[in-house]
Amino acid sequence: MAKIIGGVTSSHIPAVGNAIANGLTQEPYWKRFFDGYEPAKAWLRDVAKPDIVIVVYNDHGLNFFLDKMPTFALGCADIYHNADEGWGLKPVAPFEGDAQFSWHIAESLVEQEFDICMCQEMLVDHGFVNPIRALFGTHEKWPVKAIPLAVNTVQHPVPTAARCLKLGRALRKAIESYPEDLRVVVLGTGGMSHQLQGERAGLINVEFDIECMEQIAKDPEWMTKFSNAEIMEKAGTEGIETIMWLVMRGAVQPNARLIHKHYHAPISNTGSGVMVLENVL
Amino acid sequence: MVWKKHDYDDIPGTYVFDGKHAHGAYALNKLLFSFNTEENRSEFDADPAAYCDKFGVTGKYKEAVLNKDFLGMLRMGANIYFMAKMAIPRGTSVQDAGAQFQGITTKEFQEKLLQKGVGLVEKLEKVGGYWNG
Repeated sequence: MAKIIGGVTSSHIPAVGNAIANGLTQEPYWKRFFDGYEPAKAWLRDVAKPDIVIVVYNDHGLNFFLDKMPTFALGCADIYHNADEGWGLKPVAPFEGDAQFSWHIAESLVEQEFDICMCQEMLVDHGFVNPIRALFGTHEKWPVKAIPLAVNTVQHPVPTAARCLKLGRALRKAIESYPEDLRVVVLGTGGMSHQLQGERAGLINVEFDIECMEQIAKDPEWMTKFSNAEIMEKAGTEGIETIMWLVMRGAVQPNARLIHKHYHAPISNTGSGVMVLENVL
Repeated sequence: MVWKKHDYDDIPGTYVFDGKHAHGAYALNKLLFSFNTEENRSEFDADPAAYCDKFGVTGKYKEAVLNKDFLGMLRMGANIYFMAKMAIPRGTSVQDAGAQFQGITTKEFQEKLLQKGVGLVEKLEKVGGYWNG
């Protein structure tokens, strides 16, 4: 049977892709941010050894326009292409998916009353690509298969934190009921606090980010007591992305072991958190 | 017909991208979304006004696009991620835009960001368990 080895969180900001592409990861501005990924990379490489990662992220206007905006969308294809997003980040090599596994997840989620959108063509943007690059390096042939699970955090109404946590729990059931022996890691991406727009742009709330990291690891229900308006008030409009961490958190065991936590701010306009949770198998 | 009020409407300096914005600025965002393609970017640069007309971006929306009035576009309902597709290739980074929104220089904006990291390691040590090199 497929098993979930654990979950990892990562920022997905465009600047991460630029820093990697331009060889800046050891520059003073970036060093602490990237060095804090090393234990997560080592865990993935030496312990988790995933066959496949499920990447929970939001599309930023590459695959989805506003004509149709699914709340949750799952890639159900054999391959996912990155593409020109309009502002100069060079597209990376395509990612191999696992259509049979995806369709099983889709069936299971819908059975569990998560009526997700199924996508047989899905362009993946920096939200999907950058966490993989930060955690696995950049490759012409990626060392791991990947399935995109997009959450709408762009056009409100966006799902609640509680809904994201429940989706994660349903995802766990879906993965663990797949008959093939696959090692699966779930990546929760985005966040943490940031606001790009309006006169309030530049907001970073270090205290709230740290509280989120502590609570998401130990007691993720804590996050569900906030409305999305309250999260945006504390963490900024784009900081709402942090709700996607709860999909990862719901997918791993409640008593998953914390292997690594790393927080850095500011990086670009954001606070950034890396967390590794390992299931007790 | 009325747009319902939301709790987030009261957050200062913040334009939450919801139905009200997405509906009113649909044509504008469609134009911005089109910049994913190089061909479209070139077509816009060759004749911005004609490109606006092609997308049905008119009146105050068109004026804001032609003037690169990013705060104005945002207030009228442009989505920040879509707007980045217009701003960044034309020399306005997201941080430049953030500085413009506040009427300060990009350097000042970046300095304000850096201030958020002051005392970070001490804060993390107090909570405990964080990687620190």
